[in-house]
Amino acid sequence: MLEIILFYIAATVALVSTILAMTRANAIHALIYLIVSLLAVAVIFYLIGAPFVAALEIVIYAGAIMVLFVFVIMMLNLGAKGDAREKTWMRPSVWVGPALLTIVLFAELLYVISSAEGPVSTGVVGAKQVGLSLFGPYVLAVEIASMLLLAGLVGSFHLGRRYLDRAPSSELGHQQEGE
Amino acid sequence: MEGLNIPLNHILLIASLLFVIGMLGLMIRRNIIFILMSLEVMLNSAALAFVAAGAHWGQPDGQIVFMLILSIAAAEVAVGLSLVLQVQRRFRSLDMDSLDWMRG
Repeated sequence: MLEIILFYIAATVALVSTILAMTRANAIHALIYLIVSLLAVAVIFYLIGAPFVAALEIVIYAGAIMVLFVFVIMMLNLGAKGDAREKTWMRPSVWVGPALLTIVLFAELLYVISSAEGPVSTGVVGAKQVGLSLFGPYVLAVEIASMLLLAGLVGSFHLGRRYLDRAPSSELGHQQEGE
Repeated sequence: MEGLNIPLNHILLIASLLFVIGMLGLMIRRNIIFILMSLEVMLNSAALAFVAAGAHWGQPDGQIVFMLILSIAAAEVAVGLSLVLQVQRRFRSLDMDSLDWMRG
């Protein structure tokens, strides 16, 4: 009984923090809410019997990917001017139409998933089973993922190196003073 | 902690709500950083649905798809954020609407 209460608490935290993250004007505030949301989803993963995935969610999503966002936001140096500009972009005329359309899509999704029945899991699927399956029948998927990560590495290095080369330190300092 | 009492459709409901929130954020925000964050939320909710379905059948396949989604998200964010740096350098703005012309 305890786990079902914990599940609903974690789900509420995830939903509320995601909504707050999507509506903040300041990028860092939105990022912190997004990290809270990811941690809540990690709790859900643990409760449904996937502890390895819960650890990966915290280590890679909330740890590595969000730190990338933090570094880029710090490099961009947005400041209070960026917040004011964000607020002018978030008028109700901007978000009412998309909100109605997504509510329609959500109602359809609700109709589809209402036929799912039964408990979410009947036992823990641990790291051993996942590892055996990952390097057994799914070894080709591991290779594809490694090629994808290599492509991401080369692509981001290529794009980011030109940023560093053509913007010498004096120009960066000037930009920071200007803002 | 085996999830015996949690109904499957409730967790799918949470996953679809997160997906819808992410899609709404994707549509209403104009800042490229927020668009990337919304994509993260959407990928994460899809991963939640996969892990829940895998746990429902007691198989590790859902968790393997979660790892694939994780690597896709990492690669997408790395390339996307370096593109954000390029956009900020060239246009001095993170507005998506500043990118509406195609001549290099």
